[in-house]
Amino acid sequence: MATIDERAMLPDGLPEKPYRPPVLAPGYTPGTVTDKISSVVLAKTPRWWYVAFGLSFCVMMLFLASVTWLFAKGVGIWGVNQPVGWGFAIVNFVWWIGIGHAGTLISAILLLLRQEWRTSINRFAEAMTLFAVACAGMFPVLHLGRPWLAYWLFPYPNTMGLWPQFRSPLIWDVFAVSTYATVSLLFWYVGLIPDLATLRDRAKNRVSQIFYGFFSMGWRGSASHWHNYEAAYLLLAGLATPLVVSVHTVVSFDFAIGIVPGWHSTIFPPYFVAGAIYDGFAMVLTLTIPLRAAFGLQDFITTRHLQNMAKVMLATGLIVVYGYGIEIFFSAYSANRYEQFMILNRITGPYHLHWILLIVCNAIVPQLLWFRKVRTNPVPLWIVCMFVNVGMWLERFVIVITSLHRDFLPSSWGMYRGTIFDWGTFIGTIGLFLTLLFLFIRFLPMISIAEMRALTPGSRGEGMETPE
Amino acid sequence: MPQIFHRSTNTIAKVSIFGGVFILAFVGWVYSELLRSHYVTGQDVVKPQPVPFSHEHHVAQLGIDCRYCHTSVEKSSFAGMPPTSTCMNCHKQIWTNAALLEPVRSSYSTNMPLRWSRVHDLPDFVYFDHSIHVAKGVGCATCHGRVDRMPLMYQNASLQMEWCLDCHRNPAKYIRPKDQVFNMAWQPPADDPGLGARLVKDYHVLPPRNLTSCSTCHR
Amino acid sequence: MNESDDQKPGPPTEATDAIGRMGQSTPIDLEAVQEKLRAEPGPAMWRSLDELAGTPDFQEWLHREFPRQASEWVEPADDGVSRRAFLQLAGGSLGLAGLTACTKQPLERIVPYVRQPEEIVPGKPLYFASTHVHGGYGYGVLATSHTGRPTKIEGNPDHPASLGATDVFAQASVLDLYDPNRSQAIVNLGRIRTWGAFVNEASPLLKAQQALGGEGVRILTGTVTSPTFADQMKTILAQYPKARWHRWEPAAAHDEYRAAVAALGGPHDRIYDLTQAKVILSLGSDFLTQGPGSLRYSRDFSRGRQVRAKRPVMNRLYAVESMPTNTGTLADHRLPLPPDEVAGFALALAAALGVASGAPAAPLSPRAQQLVAAVAKDLQANPGASLVVADGYAPQAVQVLALAMNEKLGNVGKTVRYIRPVEADPVDHLRSIQELVIDLNAGKVEALFVLGGNPVYTAPADLGFAAAYQKARLRVHHGLYQDETAQLSQWHIPEAHPLETWSDARAFDGTASLVQPLIEPLYESKSAHELLGLFANQIDASAYDIVHAYWQKNLHAAGAAGGDPEAAFRKALHDGLIPGTAEPAVTAAVNGGAVAQAAASISGAKPDPQAITLLFRPDPTVYDGRYAGNPWLQELPNPMTKLVWDNALVVGPALARRLKVQIEDVVEVSIRGRKVKAAVWVQPGHADRSATLHLGYGRWSAGPVGNGRGVNAYALRTTDALWAVAGIGLKRTGDTFNLASTQNHHLLESGTDEMPTAEKEVMARRPVRTGTLPDFLKDPNLVHEKPGLPKTPETTGAEDLTLYPRYEYKGYAWGMAIDLNVCTGCSACVVACQAENNIPTVGKEQVLKQRAMHWLRIDRYFEGDPDDPQVHHQPVPCMQCENAPCELVCPVAATVHSAEGLNDMVYNRCVGTRYCSNNCPYKVRRFNFLRYSNHDVPVLKLRENPDVTVRMRGVMEKCTYCVQRINRAKIDTEVAGRTVVPGDVQTACAQACPTEAIVFGDNNNPAWESTKRKADPLNYALLEELNTRPRTTYLAKLRNPNPDLLGATPEGKRI
Repeated sequence: MATIDERAMLPDGLPEKPYRPPVLAPGYTPGTVTDKISSVVLAKTPRWWYVAFGLSFCVMMLFLASVTWLFAKGVGIWGVNQPVGWGFAIVNFVWWIGIGHAGTLISAILLLLRQEWRTSINRFAEAMTLFAVACAGMFPVLHLGRPWLAYWLFPYPNTMGLWPQFRSPLIWDVFAVSTYATVSLLFWYVGLIPDLATLRDRAKNRVSQIFYGFFSMGWRGSASHWHNYEAAYLLLAGLATPLVVSVHTVVSFDFAIGIVPGWHSTIFPPYFVAGAIYDGFAMVLTLTIPLRAAFGLQDFITTRHLQNMAKVMLATGLIVVYGYGIEIFFSAYSANRYEQFMILNRITGPYHLHWILLIVCNAIVPQLLWFRKVRTNPVPLWIVCMFVNVGMWLERFVIVITSLHRDFLPSSWGMYRGTIFDWGTFIGTIGLFLTLLFLFIRFLPMISIAEMRALTPGSRGEGMETPE
Repeated sequence: MPQIFHRSTNTIAKVSIFGGVFILAFVGWVYSELLRSHYVTGQDVVKPQPVPFSHEHHVAQLGIDCRYCHTSVEKSSFAGMPPTSTCMNCHKQIWTNAALLEPVRSSYSTNMPLRWSRVHDLPDFVYFDHSIHVAKGVGCATCHGRVDRMPLMYQNASLQMEWCLDCHRNPAKYIRPKDQVFNMAWQPPADDPGLGARLVKDYHVLPPRNLTSCSTCHR
Repeated sequence: MNESDDQKPGPPTEATDAIGRMGQSTPIDLEAVQEKLRAEPGPAMWRSLDELAGTPDFQEWLHREFPRQASEWVEPADDGVSRRAFLQLAGGSLGLAGLTACTKQPLERIVPYVRQPEEIVPGKPLYFASTHVHGGYGYGVLATSHTGRPTKIEGNPDHPASLGATDVFAQASVLDLYDPNRSQAIVNLGRIRTWGAFVNEASPLLKAQQALGGEGVRILTGTVTSPTFADQMKTILAQYPKARWHRWEPAAAHDEYRAAVAALGGPHDRIYDLTQAKVILSLGSDFLTQGPGSLRYSRDFSRGRQVRAKRPVMNRLYAVESMPTNTGTLADHRLPLPPDEVAGFALALAAALGVASGAPAAPLSPRAQQLVAAVAKDLQANPGASLVVADGYAPQAVQVLALAMNEKLGNVGKTVRYIRPVEADPVDHLRSIQELVIDLNAGKVEALFVLGGNPVYTAPADLGFAAAYQKARLRVHHGLYQDETAQLSQWHIPEAHPLETWSDARAFDGTASLVQPLIEPLYESKSAHELLGLFANQIDASAYDIVHAYWQKNLHAAGAAGGDPEAAFRKALHDGLIPGTAEPAVTAAVNGGAVAQAAASISGAKPDPQAITLLFRPDPTVYDGRYAGNPWLQELPNPMTKLVWDNALVVGPALARRLKVQIEDVVEVSIRGRKVKAAVWVQPGHADRSATLHLGYGRWSAGPVGNGRGVNAYALRTTDALWAVAGIGLKRTGDTFNLASTQNHHLLESGTDEMPTAEKEVMARRPVRTGTLPDFLKDPNLVHEKPGLPKTPETTGAEDLTLYPRYEYKGYAWGMAIDLNVCTGCSACVVACQAENNIPTVGKEQVLKQRAMHWLRIDRYFEGDPDDPQVHHQPVPCMQCENAPCELVCPVAATVHSAEGLNDMVYNRCVGTRYCSNNCPYKVRRFNFLRYSNHDVPVLKLRENPDVTVRMRGVMEKCTYCVQRINRAKIDTEVAGRTVVPGDVQTACAQACPTEAIVFGDNNNPAWESTKRKADPLNYALLEELNTRPRTTYLAKLRNPNPDLLGATPEGKRI
C-alpha cells in the first residue's frame, strides 16, 4: 500500500501539514461523538429515508419478479446461447464480488497497518461488503440450468456415492465465496458489539432495548470485555486479510482455467484483485459522499478520508490499466492466432464500443484523481467514482462476452444481447443492495462509536491504534 | 435502569452457542437418514397388486424356476413379466374358480392385460440390463433378495446409486458361479474366500474403471 | 422439478405398452371421441381427435406451436403461467432449493401382454424390412420397432437403391407417423363421417358411371411405381374404359421424360453406373442428393473418390451450374453460369465432341470456352469411362445433347444404360394435368379422386386448378394431411402412413419391394389400394389382401424363388426386395433429328444479356411442400444456405451488388403480372443473372408447423416455365425479414459486413484441410503443418507434453473418421442423429437466438472468390477428446471420461453451469435453455427412442457416439461370449451416410475401417494444436484438377 499517502503513517503528534485535514474535526468529546452518531439511529426517522427506502424496495421487487419468471421458464429467458454460455449473471457476480472487497480491505488490512483514518468508514464499508457479497452470491445459483440442484456443488455425503469434481474452479468458488461471506459477517458483527451495547443503553423504548440488548450479548464494557474484544477483532482481521486476495483470485480462476482465448491468462489473479479493490473503493465513495452530506457527518468522514480513498483508487486503477496493456502485449507476443484475433476482435469487432467505453471509464477519467482539487472535492470525486463503477461492470462484460462470442471455430461464432430479464435481474440486485443498506443506516450505527471515541483528544484512543 | 434481561439469559446464551453445534450436526444426520429411509427408497414396502401373487408359494413350495415366468431375463434388459396366458397354463387346471384369481381369468377372457405395480422401479435415466448381469454370475437373490421367502413381493434393496456402485466397484464380493444364479439359497462358500476374484477373472468381468463409467448405466 | 423429470419412454410402461398391444388402443381415448362423434356431427372445422376430445394437452398445444418453443415467450401474454400461478411461484421460488432433496418415485405400472407374440422380447427392438416411398419411387429400409412402436428408419443394405444408406426424407418419415397434425378421421364438408357413409355416397355414383363407361370419372395421382396399384388401375380402366388416370408429380423431372421420348423414341429411364466413370460432367445436376437413384449414385461416386495413400486414384468431376448444388461442391472444377449459358455450354461442348453443330447465340466467356476445350479433351480421353449428367430439371434441349454426348463417347451400356420406364404407364405429367383442367372446366368431370398429392397447392399457377377443381361434382381427397386440396374437397379420406399399411413400390432401377406395416393404424385411415378397392367393388378388401393377392399371382413372373408363392412372398418380405424385378437394359439410339433440333433451339435462342432467370427447385428439406409439416425437416439447415424454417430468393453476390440488395432485404419478384414478396439470401457461388426460389413453402393449410413459412414459389410457376423463367422483375420493397440461418448468422447481426474477417480466419485456422491429388502424390503429408508422420493423436508427440502418465485403453477405444473428400453435405446424418437421440426441435425464434439443438452439425465453409468459391462441408459431432476441456471444468462431474475414451454426458447429474460448453473449442455441446422436449403431446412420446434419456430443461446434452448402441452391442456380444467386431455397431450418422464419409469403429482393432483411415496420412484432427487429442478425426479434402486448367484463365481466375 506504499501508494497511500505515507504521511498518514507518521506517528501522531508531529506538526500536521496544513493540507492534511484531521480524521476527526476538533472540538469533540467522547460524549458528543456518541450523541451525534447514535442520534442518527435513535432519533425519529427522517422523511427522506422513507422515500429512499421505498424506492429501493420497489427495485428489489423487480428482482423478485425476474427471478420468479426465471424459475418458471429457465435461463432461456436470458440472452445466453451457443456459443455465449455465460452472460449478465456471471458479469454481475464478478462485479458485486469486486465491490465486496473494499470493506474487508479497509477493516482488516488498514487496521493491521494502523491506519486510524479507516475508523470512521470501516463499519459502513463492511456492511456494504456483506450486502454486495449477498447480491453476488445469488448469481452463481440463479444462472444454473437447474438451480434447485445447486447443493450438489457442496461436498456432502450422499446416496449417489459421488463427490463434486474438485478440479473445477466453480467448486473453488463455492468455498472461497462462502468463507469470505462468513468471515466478513463475523468481523462486522464483532465490531458492532460495543456500539450495540451503547444503543441498548440509550434506547428509549423496550422493543429496541431488547433488540439491541439481544445482539450486544451482554456487553458491559469491562476491561476484560475490551481485552477479549480487541484480541478477537485483531484475530479476525488477520483471518480476513488473506481472503481479500484469495477470493477474487479464485474468481479469476473461473476464467483463467478455461482454454478460451481472452480467459486463459496468467495475469488474471492480480489484475482481478486490483480491479476489485478499485471498484470497491469507488462504491464506498459513491455511497459515503451522499450519506455524509445527508447526516451531516462531515466532521467524522472528513476530506482526508475522501483523499485517501481516492489515492487507493488511483493506485489500483493504474494496476488495472497495466492489466489491459499486458493482455494486449501477451496476445501479440504469444504468436497465438486465436489470442491475437481475440484482442483484435475485442477492439475492432462488433463489441468495440463496449471496449472503448471501458477504457474511457477505467483508464482515462480516473486520471483526474492526480489532482488534489478533484480528490478533495466531493462532487467531481463522486462523478469519477460513478465512471469507475460503470467501467468495471463493462470490463467484466468485455471479458466474458467478447471472449466467448468468437472463439476457435468460425462456424460457431455468435452474438450476445441481454434481454429485459437480464437487466431486470441486474438492476433488481442493486435494489436489494440499497434496501439492505438503508435498513442498516437506519437501525445500526454506520460509524463505529467506540473507535471514534478513541480518536477524541485526551482519550486513550489516540493510542488504541498507535504502537506502544 | 432496570435490567432488560433476566440473569438466566447468560446461561441460555452460553448453552445455545454450544448447543447450536450439536443441533446442526443432528439436523444433518436426520437429513442423510431420511434420504436412505425406506419411506424414500420404497424398500421393504409391499405395493398393492391386482392379484396377491406369492413368490414364496410358487418358488419355494412349487419349485418353479424364475425363467418360467421371467422369460427374457437371459436375453434382454427387461426380465419379462409373464403374459396372462402363462398364468393360465396352470390355472386352467388348478384353482380354476378361486376368487383370488378372478382378475387373471377375466384378463384372459376379455384380452385386457393385468396391470401390476412395478416393485423394482429404477429412475427413468438408469438403464439396467438383466441379461448381462445374469451372464456374469450375478444371482437373482443378490438384488431381489430371498424372493422364495416373500409371500408378497417387496423391494429388497435400496436401489440407490451407492448401492449399485458398491458392487460395480468390487464385483468379487457378490458374484457367484453361473450355474448358481437362479439358486435362491446360494451362499459364498466359507472355505473358498478367493472364489469371487476367480470368477471375476473367468467371466471376464470388466474392471471397475469400466463398470463405474457413467455411460455404463446412464445414457 | 427433480431428476426424474428426465423421462424415457421405457418399454413396458402404460402408454407405450398400450401401443405395444399393436394399437388396441392409443393414448388418446378413442372411445370417448367416438362417443362425441356419434353424439353430434362435430364442429365445423377441426384438426385432430384431441381437439374433439378437448384434452388439455391439445388445448395447451393449440396455442403453443409444435415444436413447443416456437411460441416461447416474447411477451408474457401468450404464456401458460397465469397471474395467480406467477404469484404462487413468487412465493415458492425462494424456498425452492430445499424442496427437492428427497423425491419418491411415482407408482409405475407394468402391463404385460395377455398372449405374448412369439417374436417379441420386451426390451429388445425388432427390425422389419420395408420400403420408403418418395416421389413415387421406393427406397429399401429397415424400420426399428420397440414393443410395437416404430422409432427409427435405417437403410436396407440389400436394396439397390439404398445399400444401407438413407436420405433426410426417409429418416424424417417416422416422425410423420406420429405427427399430431395428421388427419385422423374421414371428413365430409368439415364433418366427421364413417367409411361406410362415404361408400354409400360414392358407390351409387360409380355404378351410374359404370353404365356410361366411366366417362365422368377421373383419378389424379402423383408418380406411381407400385405394381399393385398399377394393376388395380388396369382393372379399373378396363371396367371404366372412358375414365382417365391423370398424373401430377410437381417435382418430377418432366423434361427428362420429354427428352427421352424425343431423342430415344421412348420414355426410357437412364441408370448411371458411377463406379465405371472416371470423368464426369454435371450440367447443373445434383445427382448425388436428388432423384430416386441418388443414394446409390452417392455410394458409387464416393467409392471412386475415397483417396488413400495406398489407393491414390480419384475420379474427376466437372460441374457447370447456376444454383450451387451439393454435387457441385465436390466438383474439381466448378463453373457457375446462368441457365441460358449452361445451355450454351452444353451446345459448345456437343459441338466440340462433334455430336451437334451450331454455336450458342450468346458467345461464351473465355473462361467457359477454355473449360469446354478441356472437358471435351478429358471426356474423349476416357471413352466408355466418362459420363455427362444433365440436370433432370434442365431444358429438354440440354438433356437431348447430354444423351447424344454420352452415346458419342461410347458410354451407353457402360456408364449409362437405358431401361424401360419404372413409372407405371408413364405420361407427360404437365400435359396430363392440363387435360384434366380442360375437362374440369368443360364440366365433364363427375367424380375426381385425388390420391396423394396436393394439386391445389402444387399445380402450375396459370392453370387455375383451384377454381377448376371445384367444378367436379364429387371431389374426394386421399392424403396424410388436411392440406389445401382437402379444404376444397367434399370428402377427405385419411391416408394410412407407410408404416401402418401394406403396399409396394419400385426403385429407380425397377427393383420392386414391399411396404409392410409395423403398427396398427393410429387413426381411422385407408391405404390407396383400399380406396381403389371401391371401384372394383372390393370395399372391404384390406391392403394386405390386395397386395398379397397381386404378388401371389406375379411372384413367379418376377422369377422369385420357385415353388411355393407364399414362401416366396415371405422371403421377399424378409429380404425387403423381390429378386429379379430390376429392369434389364434396353438398347436405344439417339435420333439425330432431335439433336439437331435441340442444337437449333439453343443457338436460336436470343438471351437478353440483362434478363434475370428465376430457377424453381424442390427444397432440399421440405421437397415440394409435402414435408412442410415435419419439424425435423423444417429445422434441418438447407445444405447450401443453412436456412431453416423459411425459403428465400437465393441470388449470387454479383447480382446482389447490382440490385443493391442485402441478405434479409425483401424484394418483390414479378413475372407477367404474378408477384410474390421474398426475402433475399445472398449465396456465394450462385451464378449471376439468375436467382433460385425453392418450392414447398408459403403453405396455408399445412398445420401449425408448416403454415405461412417462407414464400410460395408455385404462385410464380407456370406451365410454360416449370423450372426456369427468364426476364423476371425484382423490386426492392424496403422491408426486411428475419431469416434464421444456423451458420454465420452473427455476421448479419453484428451489422457490419464482416464476412471478409471471418473468411480470413477460416483460411488461417484451416478447419478443413485441402490439397490436390498431384501434390498429394508428391507429398502424402501435405495437409500437415510439418512434413513427417501424419498427425494422428497417437503420433503428434503431443501426449508427451503432460505430467500425467497416459491412460491405457485396454479394451475398446471408440473413434470416428470422417472423409471430407466424399461428404456431400446431404445432412442425412443430422436427421438420423435427431431421430436416434430424441433431439428436440426448438423453432425459428430459438434458432435465431442461436440455440439450435442438433448434436451433429455440418459446417459449411467457402474458400476464395465469393462469386465462385470452393465450398466445403464438414460434419462436426462431439470430438470425444482424450484431453477434454469440458471435463475438468464441470463442478459436479456430469461429464467425465469413460474407460473406452468416450466423453460421457450424464444428463441427470448436470446442473447446467454451461461452463463445459464455454470451454469446448468445437462448440458441439447443446443446452436446453428452455423446456424443448415436448412432453405434452402423448402421441409424440411414442416416437422417442426408449434407450435414450429425454432431457429436461436446464441440462447440457451432446453426442456420445450413440453410446446406447455401443452398450447394446457390448452386452449382446458379451452374453454371446465374444467381443464387438466390425458390423456389430454403427453410430446413427455413420449408418445413414450415403457416401461412407462417416465411419465409426474401435481404434484398438485394425479391422475397422475407421482405424484404417486414422493410419492414413490424410488423417488430421480439428484444432489439433490445442492438444485435445480428439477421437473424431478427418481425412483432408483433395481436388483432382485437370492439368490443362491449372494455369491462370483469361480472367485470371481458378476454374
